[in-house]
Amino acid sequence: MSMCGYPSEIKKLIKYVEETREERLKKPYRRLSLEEREKLLKEWHPDYKPGTKRPLRVGVCKGTVVYNEVADLLEAWPLIDPDQIDLSKVDYDVDVLVIGSGGAGLAAALWAIYSGVSPDAVLLVTKLRLGDSNTVKAQGGIQAADRPEDSPILHFIDTVGGGLFANKRDLVEALVTDMPFIMKWLEDLGAMFDKNPDGSYVEVSGGGACRRRLHCARDYTGLEILRVLREEFLNYDVPYLEFTPAIELLTDPEDGGVSGAVLYNLETGEYYVASAKAVIIATGGAGRLHIAGFPTSNHYGATMDGVVMGYRAGANIVHLDTFQFHPTGVAFPEAIRGELITEKCRSLGAQLVNVHGEQFIHQLETRDVVSSTIIKECAEGRGIITPTGAMGVWLDMPMIDMLRGPGTIKKALPAMYRQFIRHGIDITQEPVLTYPTLHYQNGGIEIDVFSRVLRPNGEPIPRLLAAGEVGGGVHGRNRLMGNSLAGILVFGRRAGITAAKTVKETSTRPKLSLKHLEKYIEELKSIGVPRERSSPILLPDYRGEKVLLRSLRIF
Amino acid sequence: MSVASVTVSRREILKPKMVKIYVMGREYLVPEGLTIHKALEYAGFRLIRGVGCRGGFCGACATLYRKPGEYKLRIALACQNVVEDGMYLVVLPYTPIPRVKYKLESLKPDVGLVLKLYPEIARCVACNTCTKACPQGLQVMDAIQAIKRGDLAKAADLTFDCIACGICSMRCPAEIRHANIFHLVRRIYGKYMSPKPRHLEDKIKEIEQGKYREELEKLKQASVDELKKLYASRVIEPEE
Repeated sequence: MSMCGYPSEIKKLIKYVEETREERLKKPYRRLSLEEREKLLKEWHPDYKPGTKRPLRVGVCKGTVVYNEVADLLEAWPLIDPDQIDLSKVDYDVDVLVIGSGGAGLAAALWAIYSGVSPDAVLLVTKLRLGDSNTVKAQGGIQAADRPEDSPILHFIDTVGGGLFANKRDLVEALVTDMPFIMKWLEDLGAMFDKNPDGSYVEVSGGGACRRRLHCARDYTGLEILRVLREEFLNYDVPYLEFTPAIELLTDPEDGGVSGAVLYNLETGEYYVASAKAVIIATGGAGRLHIAGFPTSNHYGATMDGVVMGYRAGANIVHLDTFQFHPTGVAFPEAIRGELITEKCRSLGAQLVNVHGEQFIHQLETRDVVSSTIIKECAEGRGIITPTGAMGVWLDMPMIDMLRGPGTIKKALPAMYRQFIRHGIDITQEPVLTYPTLHYQNGGIEIDVFSRVLRPNGEPIPRLLAAGEVGGGVHGRNRLMGNSLAGILVFGRRAGITAAKTVKETSTRPKLSLKHLEKYIEELKSIGVPRERSSPILLPDYRGEKVLLRSLRIF
Repeated sequence: MSVASVTVSRREILKPKMVKIYVMGREYLVPEGLTIHKALEYAGFRLIRGVGCRGGFCGACATLYRKPGEYKLRIALACQNVVEDGMYLVVLPYTPIPRVKYKLESLKPDVGLVLKLYPEIARCVACNTCTKACPQGLQVMDAIQAIKRGDLAKAADLTFDCIACGICSMRCPAEIRHANIFHLVRRIYGKYMSPKPRHLEDKIKEIEQGKYREELEKLKQASVDELKKLYASRVIEPEE
């Protein structure tokens, strides 16, 4: 194992961090004003960098500006030719089809069942294994305003302020008022959150939050939530298909609503036709698109499939010209570059420090602002250059044990400790090198408070629901820490409830067609999209160049 | 404050050092320093099985390997561990660990319960192979022994960082289905044994009684300038 730790030329810089530590421990860094924050974002945040975006040339949001990587996916040929799919033979005839098995998909399936849908009338399909998702990688925590000092009002104000006031406010209201109920649900399901001996939650601060509101399960919060939901899901014996993503929605030409999906077996190459009275898209985010050339903290399947399918079926898209770059991705060691260093490190007191040992930002400003200052420090020559030429600043981890007592890191951040000790870096003794990493899709296909997917005119697309990272509106232009786990459960639950209601109201099975796709293909033809560009991409392709150049597709 | 030298000399890496790995027996040359996943991709494999979060959380990439001249069977996570010269490796595509269905709300959290659902626990011979096999470094055998004693709180604590990769179960001579047993134990602990947060119930009551409805309505209607003012005037609670 290469347990080498830092190379000597970096290791010797650590003394500058240590020299200023005592001083920094004593004096809290000042917070920035709204004006100062805006200035930083405009000058340094990737969202404002020219040349990274363009207006869409096809679909219902033609003219809307999105990141180039998003436009490339939406201005791309479908994986299927509508003529080659036989829709007369239905392989799965169900009431509710759930696409995706992260927290949002599992919550949706469970709440559809709680709301009266028979478990065997649900089908959940997922691209990798059941539960493979960004949910399991969510380390820091989940926000719920449940302390006496806190309220949904403050959670609301924090969330819209963090979102640069662009959030859909009724979605934020749903988020902040549902969350205490969601915590109760998780308690009832036996999820283990960090607690004080009297049973009260241990709650810490998140960036941009004015109260300690983050509920944690060590630094495995998302994993704990997901495995509890997955256990509950499996106990209901719900039919599910692994390694079988949806690759296109089906629509009923009579009302333009959604009626099912075309599924694809990743291992055999076979397609299946699923018919449903309600379809829930819970496909997650898009980190594996490497927006603006950034590494990502996302799981292997985060390729924006849901937005692609939903957009082709007429969904409005919002805020896809903004992505969240998490301030503290791993900058070194190279082997795990881009992986996440949870914000909980900063919640517990770790400060950000440049090569001179100077703190340059309060560690709990919002993520967009903190990322911008890190990019600025590095661009202006106050960063640390790693042996592979990557840059970063220090996150002063040993402060945590100094502030909160020896043993805090190993107890509260065991995943972080493991991640670095595997590469010979002991975070209880040494700071870590960090640089922003592509983390979260702030926007997506627009939903309403019932998790219904909306058209650009505000009308819901019949029978189509969405929840989790794929849905847009709730987080505005920048999501707060702890609001993603909250969002997947709040809107997953609502999607499940709406799906059950939709099933009751849908007496006749909607017709299956790919009419919407035929129309979309005409548009693609008219702008001359290159033939080799197709989507959804399903999985990133990281194969070595040398191999690809000699690849023969004969088997 | 002392002034640090800002520039750290970049190592000239014109030709990265290559190492030999054997993927399911076949030799490939890959650059050193890559994770097992990245090395496989460099070699030309497009991963579908044996890959998930790529961050050490999901347990999809349990990997077994041996090194030349050693009898010891070693374990790794393909997303976390780096390739080594001479490594003979396989990333397991799947670990078959059947689970038992249960209804959490009607369980009695007594000593015999877990043993009844997973009777193979009684076959544990305390060989400690599970603990030695754990890529998370957990005290797996101690957890099984705690369950046998009926100390579910201890078992829940010891297994909390389990990522369910399944390696312990593939190595266990008693054929114990660890990850599923641990899921069950933690849920029993969480639901029946951990103390309950009373402040949560209080807040739920307040919301149900409509305490915040009017103010939220106002916030939804407020102008952006009004919201900005409210946001800027928040008093930020100090750290504990």
